[in-house]
Amino acid sequence: MKNNQDYKNIPGWGMDADPENEPTYPIKNWTGDDHNRTNYERSEQQQDTVEILISNERPAITRVYGNTAPPSGLSGMIRRYAFKNSEDRYRHWIPLILADRVNVIEGLVEDALHGHLPNMFKERGWKVEMQHNPKKMIAKLTIGSLLVTAGITWLIRRQK
Amino acid sequence: MLAMNYRGPYRVRTVDKPMPEILHPEDAIVKVTRTCICGSDLHLYHGMVPDTRVGSTFGHEFTGIVEEVGPLVKNLKVGDHVLVPFNIACGKCNFCKQGLYGNCHESNPMATAVGGIFGYSHTAGGFDGGQAEYVRVPYADVGPTVIPPDMDPDDAVLLTDVVPTGYQAAEMGGIKEGDTVVIFGAGPIGIMAARCAWFFGPARVIIIDHIDYRLEFAKNYAKCEAYNFKEMADPVVFLKQTTDWYGADVCIDCVGCEAEGNTLQTFSGRVALMQAGAATAFQWAVNSVKKGGIVSVVGVYGPPFNLAPIGNIVNKGITLRANQASVKRLLPKLIDHVQSGRLNPKGLITHRIPLAEVSDAYRLFSSKLDNVIKTVLVP
Repeated sequence: MKNNQDYKNIPGWGMDADPENEPTYPIKNWTGDDHNRTNYERSEQQQDTVEILISNERPAITRVYGNTAPPSGLSGMIRRYAFKNSEDRYRHWIPLILADRVNVIEGLVEDALHGHLPNMFKERGWKVEMQHNPKKMIAKLTIGSLLVTAGITWLIRRQK
Repeated sequence: MLAMNYRGPYRVRTVDKPMPEILHPEDAIVKVTRTCICGSDLHLYHGMVPDTRVGSTFGHEFTGIVEEVGPLVKNLKVGDHVLVPFNIACGKCNFCKQGLYGNCHESNPMATAVGGIFGYSHTAGGFDGGQAEYVRVPYADVGPTVIPPDMDPDDAVLLTDVVPTGYQAAEMGGIKEGDTVVIFGAGPIGIMAARCAWFFGPARVIIIDHIDYRLEFAKNYAKCEAYNFKEMADPVVFLKQTTDWYGADVCIDCVGCEAEGNTLQTFSGRVALMQAGAATAFQWAVNSVKKGGIVSVVGVYGPPFNLAPIGNIVNKGITLRANQASVKRLLPKLIDHVQSGRLNPKGLITHRIPLAEVSDAYRLFSSKLDNVIKTVLVP
């Protein structure tokens, strides 16, 4: 269809527009009519200090970014693979979820290497669970204990 | 400095972290005065958001005092008490120019689907968040807003996310005078959406949840009808029945990926992670809205492959609107609502907990203990 340059003259055009319900109201200061979408003045570039993984759906790194928890270890390798695939792919998201789980184990190893024994009871907030929901907490602990006991028993019998 | 530290699903602790530094000339360092745990932090806490790395600090709702500014920061000075919108926005890109601060194109290199967000995984830019004593605030001239002298800091901290997100949820619903509005989820955002929906002139506002104390709170705070879906044979049929069998004019999903209410959705979305979380609330919203109605979504969902009822969206001619709130765009209007007394954000706050007890605070909120609605952490 030919682009209608006189679209503003179409009868009724824009008469129902409600500025209070326009997604960019009230600070909208750009309409797109200037055809200047990408020619904006960019800020200075933040300098790299750590490895940053960049989505392959954009040409370059953004002007600022977070530099916390850079990829490392096995989880880092999985994350690097994930970022070779676009956000549209299972191959991006599923490896990232896997990497998160691997990263948890790496965190435990890191703690151990630093001589830190994580206080699971405190980190999981079980004190307040016990305080406000003791029945559920006791049920959880009982089921957990039974599962661990069953697992250990199974391993011992298997070794015999 | 003391900071919250993520160690894995359902495990967080406070640690001593290095002080944040100015990494960009438009950065500021803010000394946190108040910070909240948001319902969407729970998706991170539960391990539902991909690329949530061990060692990260969460927290996208905070106020603080400007401690240091980069050489190019003009609008802030050391000592200003600011509220910091959860979006990190450059203010210059084509999306920011449209007021879509939640969709900034210059703050998140790790994904294009979302802009940068404080403390919200590397999918949202890998920034450390405000559940700490100090935080680095990029693009400090754009987001941070000096708290008006007559405003209660408790109101201010809720203007960083809860109030704008609830308001935008209602705004995106395109509510007209006399409409019936149904809101799924009676968490802080759902309650605020219900309260803000009235600003658009509906005749009925209905909120749906499965926890009685939250429904009671919503009924009192937002002056709306409140129903427990566990007491219904089928919430969609109930909502059709109560709207003359036509459906609601506007349905708002304030739940997102961790919805209760459907075993298949729960298993496939929350347990097996086969889709973008349990889309139960979204399904109910699409199926409860009238033909030609509007569904507004602010609930957080994960990656693609969701079982969205696209057939019903097409067949019913539904308008679907969704976004992260563009906080900065809405602040002038919302500050006016608060200052004039039309809105009382701090009324949502039920718990104040020291930052050092962050693991207890997360568990309290996650397990919905002690009638919690909204928790403020105090460093």
